[in-house]
Amino acid sequence: MIEWLVRLGANSLQGLETFGRSGLFFWRLLRQLPSALREPGLVVHQLYNLGVLSVIIILVSGLFVGMVLGLQGYNTLVDFGAEGSLGSLVGLSLVRELGPVMSALLFAGRAGSALTAEVGLMKATDQLSALEMMAVDPFPRVLMPRWLAGFIAMPLLTAIFSAVGIIGGYMIGVTLLGVDTGSYWTNLSSSVDFYDDLLNGVIKSVVFGAVVCWVALFQGYDCVPTAEGVGRATTRTVVIASLAVLGFDFLLTALMYGEVG
Amino acid sequence: MNNSRALELVVGLFMVLGFAALLFLSLKGSNLAEYQEGDSYTVIANFSNIGGLRVRASVTVAGVRVGRIASIEFDKDSYMARVAMAIVSEYDQFSLDTTASIRTSGLIGEQYVALEPGGDPDNLTEGSEIELTQSALVMERLIGQFLYGKASGDK
Repeated sequence: MIEWLVRLGANSLQGLETFGRSGLFFWRLLRQLPSALREPGLVVHQLYNLGVLSVIIILVSGLFVGMVLGLQGYNTLVDFGAEGSLGSLVGLSLVRELGPVMSALLFAGRAGSALTAEVGLMKATDQLSALEMMAVDPFPRVLMPRWLAGFIAMPLLTAIFSAVGIIGGYMIGVTLLGVDTGSYWTNLSSSVDFYDDLLNGVIKSVVFGAVVCWVALFQGYDCVPTAEGVGRATTRTVVIASLAVLGFDFLLTALMYGEVG
Repeated sequence: MNNSRALELVVGLFMVLGFAALLFLSLKGSNLAEYQEGDSYTVIANFSNIGGLRVRASVTVAGVRVGRIASIEFDKDSYMARVAMAIVSEYDQFSLDTTASIRTSGLIGEQYVALEPGGDPDNLTEGSEIELTQSALVMERLIGQFLYGKASGDK
């Protein structure tokens, strides 16, 4: 019993310590923002790794999510003779919730894991130590450009996801099931508010991008520098980043749409 | 060198694609266009019940959108809802005895204000009040009236 309590205490302390370390890591990272901005070439390179290489998966899943929404929404709405509102359903669910959350989860799986593996491998093969030996701080050279690139790429990927999803819903709803084209677009544009829905979705995706990259970089930087340690850190990144995205999503939704009215 | 140029090109394309998607969402997929309606003048109407009317709902004449609801306030002296409508300046020839009624588009659609011009030679201008208004239909009251009428008719 005592033994169990001791282990619980030790684990909690360790968890708190890791959380504190990650906070300090984030602070050290953010302080390098000006020096990373002075070398945009590094950020552009990471934008390719994180953004461009994620476009395909975002495009395909956005299209399919939109198509499924169109199909499911149509089947539910047609019972009430309200299939004209399909545009509202597809647009609001994509722009408010599914766009930011789904693309953040995909981003965590596609780009976050790659980030952790890359940075973890750098640590395991002593590349980070070698940089420090040459008096090069890895924070502005290695870590900050990656974080900044994720921060920039995430809202753009989310916008692509939502836009493609709306087109997917259009393809199924209008082309296949015969919803009126005009009512699809009119309902879509009249129910999606620019400030309340679209901008809030963008804010969500910016926060998710920052959180996912923070978790991924910290896990890579903090991993046990062995092949096994890097593997574990990669798994942890996907799990923690996904949970953080869902948690933050609830928090942000409650803040944005929580009040009655 | 060539390699890094290609990379920069692809990243540039990605940025353009992302911003194009944002643009598409804001222009085609949201009501951004409704925020920029240019000059408008405000007309007030008092309703005894506005039902589910919301700010930014449309104001129509003959089914054509001519403006939007700017604000809805409760007037504590008259116990009426004071609805301010911003009407596009281009449409400035509505007579002073125009009637305003709250309608619903479809059975479960959004509520909007329909204006019906009358015959007065003077026109509505900034700040004028519409005297003749018709409140929203409240389903419960309608059903109540129907049931009451039925019961009294049976006698």
